[in-house]
Amino acid sequence: MNEAILVSQLTKIYPAAKGKAPVRAVDGINFAVREGEVFGFLGPNGAGKTTTIRMLTGLSRPTAGRACVLGLDLARDVARIKKCIGVVPEVPNLYDELSAFGNLVFAMQLYGVPRAALSARAEALLARFRLSEKRDTPFARLSRGMKRSLTIAVALAHRPPLVFLDEPTTGLDVLSARSLRRTISTLRDEGVTVFLTTHYLGEAERLCDRVALLVGGRIVALDTVEGLKARVQQPPTVEVTLAAADGAVETRRLPTDGDVVAAVRQALAEAEGRAVLDVHTVRPTLEDVFVQLTGLSAEVMLAEKGGKG
Amino acid sequence: MLVDDLRGLWAITLKDLRTYYLKPPNISWGILFPFAFVLAFAIRNTGDACSLVPGLLALTVLFATTSMEAIVIVFERRIGALERLLLAPLRLWALLAGKLLGGIVFGLTVALVVLVVALAAYGTGGVSWPLLVLTLLLSAAAFAALGALASVAVSEVFEAQTLANFVRFPMMFLGGVFVPVQDLPRGLQVVARFLPLTYAVEALRIALVGGQLGQAGLHLAILAAFAAALFVLALRILAWRLA
Repeated sequence: MNEAILVSQLTKIYPAAKGKAPVRAVDGINFAVREGEVFGFLGPNGAGKTTTIRMLTGLSRPTAGRACVLGLDLARDVARIKKCIGVVPEVPNLYDELSAFGNLVFAMQLYGVPRAALSARAEALLARFRLSEKRDTPFARLSRGMKRSLTIAVALAHRPPLVFLDEPTTGLDVLSARSLRRTISTLRDEGVTVFLTTHYLGEAERLCDRVALLVGGRIVALDTVEGLKARVQQPPTVEVTLAAADGAVETRRLPTDGDVVAAVRQALAEAEGRAVLDVHTVRPTLEDVFVQLTGLSAEVMLAEKGGKG
Repeated sequence: MLVDDLRGLWAITLKDLRTYYLKPPNISWGILFPFAFVLAFAIRNTGDACSLVPGLLALTVLFATTSMEAIVIVFERRIGALERLLLAPLRLWALLAGKLLGGIVFGLTVALVVLVVALAAYGTGGVSWPLLVLTLLLSAAAFAALGALASVAVSEVFEAQTLANFVRFPMMFLGGVFVPVQDLPRGLQVVARFLPLTYAVEALRIALVGGQLGQAGLHLAILAAFAAALFVLALRILAWRLA
């Protein structure tokens, strides 16, 4: 399998502000993204996720290191790279006064989509993202979820084989976020490589083929989700849900030393005659991996964005 | 590569015309503001209102090209839309030229309205059309580049407006619109020679009223130099700000 992105010792140092030291936002990272995979780039605020995307998309020049995107050298072929990538920024940045259709057409014109194909392709994208009814609505008057959907549609309008998604579900309601996750899965099915930054660990666990954990500008782990989980030396936990006297439910978590049956026996003995509604084992999640490998609490990821994954 | 640049440039121009320029408040600002000034001046000095036409035309081009040009880049930087353009496969000069072309097209369109009114009132005899067209084109280019320079030099929209007015208003009184440059005090005459509006007014006066064509050629060359120098300066500052 070919590499869609190959990064070697990529570094970004922002010059010193008045009375402050220079900021090493990205610190000599190395990784490769395979063609057709969804690659997750996880880390708390300030970890260097967006800076990395800005460098890989030609918006910011690396201080040091090298990167190849779709086989093209970032230092020499940035214009050709731009032609082959789509970017969805964290904050939608389309034109408020242009309609959904107008924004799509303008984006395609910038990328040289033939004039004869503009209208049909824009209509198809609007239909795909369930925005046909909002065809002539100015961007400013769309809901937040629709704005995000249209931003993704615009990023796909010139049919790039590689798409960068920077925190795509941040601030979305549950339904919109779920819809976007479906879109990302569909992109993978279509063979599009997706570079996804997120601070939602559950989202990464569900969507990504491989995940890199970024902390303080450095990659602390990179593997498949299952591979990362296997690194966590933590036996499963047994979770028991009991009916309480007042009709409520009570959930108890019992750690095991590897013997799940013994833990279940103990849980049933402690049920004291109450109905057992559910018993299941809980295996380490990506959250556990994150906590163990970074030394940070998972809340750090959510608290800084003020959202829920 | 050049084809991508030109295609992107044109797309930006059309988009800017649609989203920013062709709005009633902008059109009225571009036309009414210079008209109001010249009308006030003509009422007070009832002598030769016809002699104000070159100045009125130059002033219209100045205000129409810079009205949005002076804020459009800083505005798009603030809302993040400029980043979208920077992600597109076109070079920075093409992006900036696309922004300038929107201002130029709008400035010339508004100037055309003023020109038609002026020629209807004073007749078309003695007008040098090639010189008129060239002067309007180069004036619009120089003023648009001036507006772009104001827009890239600051970080906030209100700062850009302030900076543009800081340049436009002194230029309006020193550029020969109301008072011929040779009638200004000597010190101000020197200042006037550093203003593109001065050359626009003088070249338009030759095109509309008559005069030495060689002198007009010099004015055109200076306007072209202003346009090129201001464009390059704006491009360098923009590149530095985005680095």
